[in-house]
Parts: sequence; C-alpha cells; structure tokens
Amino acid sequence: MATITIDGQQVSVEPGQTVIQAAEKLGIYIPRYCYHPGLSIAGSCRMCLVEIENMPKLQIACYTQAQDGMNVITQSEAVYQARQAMLEFLLINHPLDCPVCDQSGECDLQNFYMEHGRYDSRFIENKIKRKKAFPIGPHVLLDQERCILCTRCVRFTDEISKTHELGCFNRGNRSVIDLYPGKRLENLYSGNVVDICPVGALTEREFRFKCRVWYLRSEESICNGCARGCNINIHFNSTRTYKAGGRRVQRIKPRYNPHVNEWWISDVGRFGFEFIDQNRIEFPYRREENELQNSDWESALDQAAQELQEAYEDDPASIGVILSPQLSNEDLYLAKKLFIDALQLPNIALENPWEKRGIEDDFLLKADRNPNTRGAHEIGIKGSAREILEKAAKGEIRFLYIFWHDFNAPEAREALAKVPFIVFQGVNWNSTAERASLVLPGATHAEKDGTFTNFEGRIQRFKQAFVPLEEARADTEILKQLAAKLGHPVSYLDPETIFIEWQGIGYDEIDEYGMMVGSAPALQA
Amino acid sequence: MPIKKIVSEFFGNEDARRLDWRIQRGGYEAARKALRTMSPEQVIEEVTTSNLRGLGGAGFPTGRKWSFIPKDTDKPKYLTVNADEAEPGTFKDRYILEWDPHRLIEGVIICCYAVGIHKAYVYIRGEYVRPYERLQQAVDEAYEAGILGPKVLGEDFSLDLYVHRGAGAYICGEETGLLESLEGKKGWPRLKPPFPAVVGLFGCPTVINNVETLSHLPKIIENGGQWFADLGCERNGGTRLFALSGNVKKPGVYELPLGTPLRELIYEHGGGIQDDRALKAIIPGGASSAVLTADEVDISLDFDSLAKAGSMLGSGAVIAMHEGICMVKALHNIEHFFAHESCGQCTPCREGTGWVYKTLSRIVAGHGRMEDLHALRIHSRNMTGTSICALCDGAAMPLGSFVRKFEHEFEYYIKYKRSYVEARSETVSI
Repeated sequence: MATITIDGQQVSVEPGQTVIQAAEKLGIYIPRYCYHPGLSIAGSCRMCLVEIENMPKLQIACYTQAQDGMNVITQSEAVYQARQAMLEFLLINHPLDCPVCDQSGECDLQNFYMEHGRYDSRFIENKIKRKKAFPIGPHVLLDQERCILCTRCVRFTDEISKTHELGCFNRGNRSVIDLYPGKRLENLYSGNVVDICPVGALTEREFRFKCRVWYLRSEESICNGCARGCNINIHFNSTRTYKAGGRRVQRIKPRYNPHVNEWWISDVGRFGFEFIDQNRIEFPYRREENELQNSDWESALDQAAQELQEAYEDDPASIGVILSPQLSNEDLYLAKKLFIDALQLPNIALENPWEKRGIEDDFLLKADRNPNTRGAHEIGIKGSAREILEKAAKGEIRFLYIFWHDFNAPEAREALAKVPFIVFQGVNWNSTAERASLVLPGATHAEKDGTFTNFEGRIQRFKQAFVPLEEARADTEILKQLAAKLGHPVSYLDPETIFIEWQGIGYDEIDEYGMMVGSAPALQA
Repeated sequence: MPIKKIVSEFFGNEDARRLDWRIQRGGYEAARKALRTMSPEQVIEEVTTSNLRGLGGAGFPTGRKWSFIPKDTDKPKYLTVNADEAEPGTFKDRYILEWDPHRLIEGVIICCYAVGIHKAYVYIRGEYVRPYERLQQAVDEAYEAGILGPKVLGEDFSLDLYVHRGAGAYICGEETGLLESLEGKKGWPRLKPPFPAVVGLFGCPTVINNVETLSHLPKIIENGGQWFADLGCERNGGTRLFALSGNVKKPGVYELPLGTPLRELIYEHGGGIQDDRALKAIIPGGASSAVLTADEVDISLDFDSLAKAGSMLGSGAVIAMHEGICMVKALHNIEHFFAHESCGQCTPCREGTGWVYKTLSRIVAGHGRMEDLHALRIHSRNMTGTSICALCDGAAMPLGSFVRKFEHEFEYYIKYKRSYVEARSETVSI
C-alpha cells in the first residue's frame, strides 16, 4: 500500500494505482478526456495534469503511479492554467455546434468549460474542416470536427471488442479518427464507443435528434437481452415522445458492474428496447365470435379462473402452464406458489424448444437470450414446453396458460390448434397471442420492480422506470388476482414482499453489484 | 594545436567506405580489442570515463544510458541506431553514413558487446537514399567478411545488424516514436516511464544511440576514455560534428571539441558571415533550440553552457542568420515545420503548433494584431512541459525566444504590415 496526499488529504492505495484513481477514492474528480478506467492509458489529452511535489513539470494523473509519500496538488494556479490551456487547445478546431449536438448536456467539453473556460475566445483563424456526421456502422455516426482525438473509441475497438475497425489517421492537426479502409463499425458492441466518447463525435443513430438529454430521466435496470444480465440505466421520457414515435424509452446505457459487464453492454441489449413501447398488448382481450375483443380485467380474469377451475376439476393433468424465463424471480416464485405448491399441476414448463439461440462470445453475450433462466431453475421451474405440446397434440390438454412465448413452429401450431382454451399472458403481440382465447397484458421489466438471476447465479435488482402502458399490469398483480379467484389468496403487498419470502432479505440489502444465489444470510442460517 | 578529427577523419575520401581500405587504416581494430581484451564492464567504464554524451540532441551521458539496461533479464536486448536525422539544420550523421559507414558498424559492435546485445537495427531516415545505399553496402561487406554474423571478428560473439528505412516523419526520430515505427506501428511517442532501457523495442530492453555517438566509440576504445574526455570540456567529452549552415561563407560539417566558442565556429571555421554583413541571430542546436542573439556569440558550445543560456546544443546544427533575415519569417518557417511534423497524438502539440503557424501566417500576410504577440507568448508557455514528447517543447522554444528577443521586429511587422528588415533595406538603398 502507498499512502499519498492529495490536496491535503491522505489516502492509501494499492501499488500500481494511479494518482487519478487515488484522487477518485477521496472523491476528488480530476478532469480527463482520454482516460477511461476500462481502457489502456493513452495519456494524450493532457487534461489531467497535476502538480506533484519535487517534480519539475506537471504530471498526468492518469498515468503517474501513486508512490508512498507523494504530495499531489490538483487545485493550484499552475494546474488550473494547464487545464484552461488544454481546453482552449481542444476547442480551437471544435465546431461549437452544441445547439444541434446530441451530446449537449452530457458533454465533457461543456462540463469542464464551466470551470476552466476562457469565455473570451482569442482564436480567429479558420477552423479545420473535416467530415461531419457520417455513418460508420449500423448504429454509430462520426463527426470528425467534434472529435478531440482522445482515441477512446480506437482503444475500445482494439482492446475490448478486439475488432480493430477504427484508427487515427494523418498527422498533427490534420489528424482524424476514421474507419480502416474497407471496414465498418459493425461489431456486436459498437454502441459502447458512443458512451465512452467524451464529446459529440460519436453519436447513436437510433437516438439522434430524438430527445435533448436534459429531458431524460433514468432508472437502474437489468438488461433482458441475454442471460448475462448486464447492468443498465433506462433513459426515458414520458412527456416528450413525439420525436421518438411515441416511445418512452429513448435509449439504454450500461451501468458499471465489475462482476458482470464492467462499463459495457452489447448492441443486442442496447438497441433491443423497442419491445417496451411497440407492438404492445395494451388491454385484456377475450375471444368472442372467433375474434379477440377488447375486454376488462375483471371479466378476463373471471373467465381465466373459471376455465382453469373446470379443467382442474376434470383432470389437473389436462392443464398446461408454460412459464417464461423473461419473467422476474418474483413472477416465477408466485407462479410456483400457485401452480405447483397450491394446485400441484403436473404439466409445468419453462423453455421454448424452438426458440433461436443467439450468438455467444467470450465477452458478454450469452446464447440464451433470456434474462432469468437460471432464476427459474433456482425457484424450481424448468423443462421444455415440448412435452406439454406433445400432449396437446394428442388432445390431452384442455387448458393451456402460456407466458410470453411464441410457438409458431408448424408442429407447435398444430398442437395449439388442438387446445380448447389458451390463455396468453405477455407484453407483445405474437402469433400465439393472436390465436389465444384470452390475452392478458403483462408488464415489461421497465414497468415493474423485480430481480433477475443471471447465468452464473447473480441475483440483480431492476427498478420500475414508469407505469405499465395502458391497462397492462405487473405479472405478480395478475397472478395474485387469479390466485384469489381460484381460492388460494396470497397476501404479498408488492414484489419485494415476495422477494423477502424467497430470499429472506429486502431489496435494499442486496449488494449494489448483486448477490449470488444462496448467499443471503437468512438462507445460510 | 590542430583540431583532432575523430569521426570526420575520412570525410571526403572516396575510398573510406570500402572495407579493405578501412581495415588497412585500423578499421575494426578497436572492436577487436574490446572483444579480445576487455570485459563488457571495462568497455562501459571507458565510455563512462570519456564523458561521451548523446549527440542526437538530448546530450544524455552514453555510459549511464547503457548502465540502465537490466543485467539479469531473460529477454533479448536490442540496440537501435537512430539515423533518422531530421532536425532542420542537421546533416552530420549523413556524412558519417555516406563517407565512413564502417566506423558506425564498428561502434555498433562495441556497444553491443558492452551491453550484451545480439541484434541491432539502424533506423535510417527515408529520404537518405545515398546514405542508406552506402550503409547497406557496408553492412553487406561486413557480413561477408565475418565482421557481422554468428562470429563477430572470429570471436565468440554473435551480432546481426539490420538497416530499416523510415517513411519520412520527423517524429520517428524521437526515440520511442522510432521504436513504434520500427515495430510497424504509427510513430506515436510512448509515455515514459518505462524508458526504452527497460521496455523498448518489442517490449525488451533497448539501447537507442545516435549515429555519431556510436561512431565515436572506436577511438574511445583505442585511446581510452580519459583521452577522449580531455579533448572536450568538463562533463562534455571529446569532439562532435557541428552542422553549420545559414548566412556563413563556408557552411558545412565541422568536427570541433565540445566547449569551442560559437564565435570560433562561425568566424574561423565558417569563414564569417556572408558578404561580411552583421550577424543577427544564431540557432545553436537545430530548429527546436532557442535562438541566440549576436551578443551571445561568445558562448561555449557545450551542452551545459547552452542549457544555462536557456537554449540547447541539441544536434549541433548551427544556423547563423545575418541582418538581412526577417525574424518573423524565420520563425514562420520554423513553426511551419513543427505544425507539419507534429504527430497529432497529444493536445498541446497537435493544436498548439497548428495554431501558432496559422497566427504567424496571418501576421506575415499583414493581418496581425498586437494581441497576437501576447497570445504567442502564452502558447509558448502552455506548450512547454505539457506534452508526451519533446516535439512540442521544440516548437515552443524557438517561439518563445524569437518573440522575446526580437519583439520589435514582430511589433513592426504587425504595425506596418511588412518586414522590418525589408523596410530597412529599402530605406538604405534610397
């Protein structure tokens, strides 16, 4: 351990830690552009210059290792002057087109200018013209004029995605970031370069001009794009959705979790949020005269309960329940209480055998594109739907309750055709919902509280960002009411009370980076 | 006392680059002596005693540089010869490469033996076509004669020497930019530490020495370090090549002891100023050194005296300018070079050099403003000591010194939209 003094405060850090990291430990934020904790050190923006006692020149805090007894000053005339100088240099060829820049409001040029700006420009030469706003891949636009050449994006594609699409070309103030000849920024993690770009040089094509960032609200969540469970923030706006085609979710940003995704997420997760606002089932529907008709919750649930009850009295084995690994632990726990513990139904399944597996790599993406398969298994819900559908094909299933899944393989469709009564509970319309007798609108993970358990058994909390669309309801609410109508009332107030029963602790007691299955104190006791 | 010629001994002699001719005149005897009779430690000892300093520009003591190479490493060690001579005004290494390449090869052998290196690279400036051809020819000859290869001079010591041509970037003469380029990457200087002595070429310990530095080694080994040290002055051993250019009657490469007065170089060896006009300014160590005024011409040409005067001896490129030279245009020329050659990696250099050049261009075009001079002074300050490598300081040094020492010329130019020098010459002619 090395103990160093920064601005009069002492801090001890591990050997090899840099001054910028030591300062962060003390809550001292040293301005930076090229430094990013997840990337190698470039040391090129020179914004983090600090004074170190007994050193002749200012040193860059991002690269200088903390050494025992070091005395660092981050607030001095010399440091201020250097920061002001670097900022002035960075801005001379910057177009200052903040009014039409998506980064505006979350731009580090703006942020540091507040404190270190000159405010009266003395640059009267012509600015250098470069290529503006051109797509470099399916998701990312590059504006070379706004670029300050911090090379974070280059280092990301070299070191993290290891796809090497971007490079720094030319020399001196003619330098530009660009694609290598014949390449496009088309890797599965391309969106991350937008996050790490400290200025408006790299912007998201999907988010471009959709919403000024100061209108965005943010809620912590977990990505449902695959079994990794990357930590994310959902950036949403419910009142200014006109530029975004009515969508409330405007974009997804990764949230740091050292055990799961560090600073990154895949493009699958980042751009996979449209289901939250599009193609939604907004009301309960009942099939009348072979048409799905808008209904209300009371009569829809009454019908569901009645049909289930009749089938149950006839033969519990004539009922099939196919739950979904898209549901939260709380949803699944409640479903288990009702269907397995109370009703003791024999035909419970989880997985869709026809579901396409995604690309899996050695970085974040898992082939299982569901967020909670592991959680369902931990709760005791598993198995392929194939067996139930085989029974259905033989006419043995009278009542089938399907959550989320779309069974549109020909053999599955044939099987479903033989089921007299299908209840579909989910969020988006699909071929299975369209052929159901009863459609119940559930809530997306952005619209409810809950937890997912990722592939390695890490239980992670997601928070409700906004209320469910129209008449849609959290799945726990739907199941609760159904349970009451079936004569098995449950007394859970909210998802957290379910979680407490399952894990023995409340949401606030989950570590900020999640908790491993079986690690809860109540369960260990 | 006649001036001792060491590395320039055979300059101008067409035969000197032939191996057989050189061998007849003692070529490779010093290397043989080192390999046969001296331990590597003894070689380093002699070089340390000689006070030989890095003659590429930084002036770092050579013996000390070698001593930083880790002794007990399991990695290969490399020697990289910096022949990327590109500092404006500098043309001395070229003479060695063209006239006496075997002296360099012999120096390489001595260095490699002392440090325990078996692979050496010469990174030669791309534009140096003839020097490259002559060096490559000498290397081929040396291989053929068994001087390089698995048994250097028949001794139990192997050494391979490769000549690699640069592609025309000044920044690749910066030692870590050179290493990057040699590794096949963009020539962006590295952050230091670690220094190349520990993590250099391909991540291995590396000695980087200038052509001239290495070329001094044979005579040091032949005559002893003390002999060499005595040729120069305190802490500045031996002689060095001065590349004299500008408004002198006899420009050229002169080998003089360190500590020679600048006046002697210009007026005795250089034959004085063209047309016997008045001397106005001297750039003492290549374009990146601070300019001296005519009043400072009695300064001693050694690393320490020039550093004390706020300039540097650098690569030994002395550019003399007489009264007819416009200092505004001279600085404009220099800053054009740095703006063109800045690698673009770090902020103050990338943006600063470009801004300075644009401002000077505007002044030269007659659109200057008095506040530009203040801005230029601030830029010089902001570009000093803030960048990854020394190129930015190299641009800031002439900037600050020209504006400070010839302020009246800049003010005149801005005020009257024409050069002070040109205006004056017109007045005189009337």
